[in-house]
Amino acid sequence: MEETHVGISVEVNGRPHRSTVEPRTLLVDYLRDDLGLTGTHIGCDTGQCGACTVIVDGQSVKSCMVLAVQADGAHVRTVEGLAQDGRYHAVQQGFWEKHGLQCGFCTPGFMMQSVQILEDNPDPSDQEIRDALEGNLCRCTGYQNIVEAVKAAGATIRSGAETMALGTGVGA
Amino acid sequence: MHPAPFAYKAAHSVEEALELLRSHEDAKILAGGQSLIPALKLRLTQPAMLIDISKISSLRGIRRENGKLIIGSGTTHREIEKSSLVAEASPLLASLAPQIGDVQVRHRGTFGGSLAHADPAGDWPAAALAVDAELVIAGAHGTRTVHASDFFTGMLSTVINADELLTEIRVPGEGTPGIYLKHRNAASGYATVGVAVTATHNHGRIGTVSIAVTGATPVAFRASAAEHALTGHAVSAHLLDEAASHAADGLECLSDIHAPAAYRAQLVKVMVRRALGKLLHA
Repeated sequence: MEETHVGISVEVNGRPHRSTVEPRTLLVDYLRDDLGLTGTHIGCDTGQCGACTVIVDGQSVKSCMVLAVQADGAHVRTVEGLAQDGRYHAVQQGFWEKHGLQCGFCTPGFMMQSVQILEDNPDPSDQEIRDALEGNLCRCTGYQNIVEAVKAAGATIRSGAETMALGTGVGA
Repeated sequence: MHPAPFAYKAAHSVEEALELLRSHEDAKILAGGQSLIPALKLRLTQPAMLIDISKISSLRGIRRENGKLIIGSGTTHREIEKSSLVAEASPLLASLAPQIGDVQVRHRGTFGGSLAHADPAGDWPAAALAVDAELVIAGAHGTRTVHASDFFTGMLSTVINADELLTEIRVPGEGTPGIYLKHRNAASGYATVGVAVTATHNHGRIGTVSIAVTGATPVAFRASAAEHALTGHAVSAHLLDEAASHAADGLECLSDIHAPAAYRAQLVKVMVRRALGKLLHA
């Protein structure tokens, strides 16, 4: 009889984790339920909406369509890992400045895909941004401000400017 | 949604994957998982075991050998999309890759996985048929090579046996002009109808032309009547109209909630005409 649980080692946002999981565990459930990283959202659960987008070994994926066992040995980045050294990521700041969200449910996935876009090319055209966001759905605010947010984040990254300190601007 | 329980093993070589296939009944190969995992979650399939081949490095990569482009079955759509070698050697493949799913799906989904899955609405089967790809299949007694025209046997089925594994795909690499055009299902991005066309032409006359269509029927097919109507003729809008009008001759198209059969047949003609026009500038 095959083993019903498998040991995996995954580095998430720079922290190593050793876990034992059922092979059928989806990466998104592992992140949320086993590691408590609930910033990654489950939207459609069918691979359409992109709310569960995380970055595995430098490549954005829909974590509802990846098994946790497939991430064994991988480096995973989630929305919780975006802010660094007490400062927001340029993408977080861009979404805040350009109002790239309304209800916010899809936002973690949009931000992770935006990080991927800008890591591939820090100066994408509007069309390139729209093409690369094709796998993420927003059902309230539409996409115009999201595209603006990605462009603003790209400008911040290219300029090397310091981003806002955590807590700044929130509720202001 | 959660898949039913299954056992899992990651194979680290083709030999190990084949050995696992032989020693486990009801095992399925897991490559990128972008079709399989959704199917597992819906419990459309409930294999006893998954054999993960995504960690087999020899299945991954793109190279050119003796004028052919050799693509490992585990190569992702995204790797094909970004490959300058593919852009130069096979414009058709380069045109198709960025039209699959979305970036996240293309990061995981594989060339070989798509072909072996043989989804009637998959994109790669059309390209494989249009360029008459050779598919290399490994089994207990070595490898065999199958032409794309013999590879697909029906909806979601191919000639790959339960104890075999698709390892690489060879396509012509001399840069023949080609293009893929599809009418996307707005929700899923799958092809309601997708058309892959390659053509050579000299001084305004069409040399060899191939037209393959996916999405319309249970298995992708070559539109031979339309190809015949074009070969050797001078390019003109009228010629392309005439050829495209035969693209759906004798077809028994699929019918579902997205598109009834008559609509798919009409789309075949329209998409073939558009693809020819784009490629041949007429």
